[in-house]
Amino acid sequence: MHIPDGFIDGSTSAGAAAVAAGGIGVSLRRAAEVLDERRVPLAGLVAAFVFALQMLNFPVAGGTSGHLLGGVLAAVLVGPSVGAVCIAVVVAIQALLFADGGLSALGLNVVNMALITAFGGYALFALLRRVLPSRSSSVVAAAGIAAGISVVLSSIAFTAEYAIGGAGTASVTTVAGAMVSVHVLIGIGEGVITGLVVSAVLASRPDLVWGARSLALDRLRIPSPGDTERVAS
Amino acid sequence: MSPNGRRIGLAAFVVGGLVVASGLAFFVSPRASREPDGLENVANEEGFADTGTDHALDDAPTAGYEVRGVDDDGLSTGLAGLIGVALTFAATGLLFLVVRRSSRRRDRSTGPTDAPPTAARISATRH
Repeated sequence: MHIPDGFIDGSTSAGAAAVAAGGIGVSLRRAAEVLDERRVPLAGLVAAFVFALQMLNFPVAGGTSGHLLGGVLAAVLVGPSVGAVCIAVVVAIQALLFADGGLSALGLNVVNMALITAFGGYALFALLRRVLPSRSSSVVAAAGIAAGISVVLSSIAFTAEYAIGGAGTASVTTVAGAMVSVHVLIGIGEGVITGLVVSAVLASRPDLVWGARSLALDRLRIPSPGDTERVAS
Repeated sequence: MSPNGRRIGLAAFVVGGLVVASGLAFFVSPRASREPDGLENVANEEGFADTGTDHALDDAPTAGYEVRGVDDDGLSTGLAGLIGVALTFAATGLLFLVVRRSSRRRDRSTGPTDAPPTAARISATRH
């Protein structure tokens, strides 16, 4: 999913860089408000863990591989703003140290892999949490499903960028079809890995899972008649 | 960090997590699939792979997740993974520390509040 230099033209890449800078700037401001200083090492761990997981390409159909993007995983663990910054750091280090992802495409890659997954994916996660029963297995399921879909969203974002400034001559509809179909498969892997990691953290330190904070509150709250009705249905 | 009656303290959790991440990066990443990823594959099939240009940092000592000078492929990838895990942890932690401290200073304009206030610090308050 790392876009190299040249795939997308300069002006589109520059536009994406501006969007990425704005998005990460807002995320950093929000992160400064919500991130307790004691939990800064936790954010570092999330970024480092996603870096490691991104190295683990798994095979999918037809001589293709995929790897975790980790935006939803990070957002569920430390919140979407802190999570987006974590993934942006990973993407920047990959481009600057490991020549993975073009320098001119850094903004595109931050938009696709950090902002769309962390914020778009987390919105899906929050929506799923609302319709699923309030228990920890729902947090795992919602995280897994949202993570899987976030990969497809990311592939659609690439297609949009290709439509605006792609250097290739292939039609946008064929690129869209090819991108989405392969990333549905990669998304399944993303969903499984995200679910596994979230359930492992829930088992050891559920209080550290941002996306499960409401569970602790629900346990303390006296249910109102409306709630029992919702649970019963 | 005291356990506070919890099963794992925060510090132990972070250290344990870093050990797992390092293990994945060092031992598992050399065995990861080498097939082109989803985007590379689409670029090959749809004929725009050749629009990609060389990376300006292709000569970097860790370019391509391989440490230059280490001949063994598996070891080279594994070491690159360890370097990446360590630097990602450090860079992210440092970034958030800087952002938190500078935003506190801006918001309250009473100097750093990360340590308990002392008489000296209060008297040194800048406006």
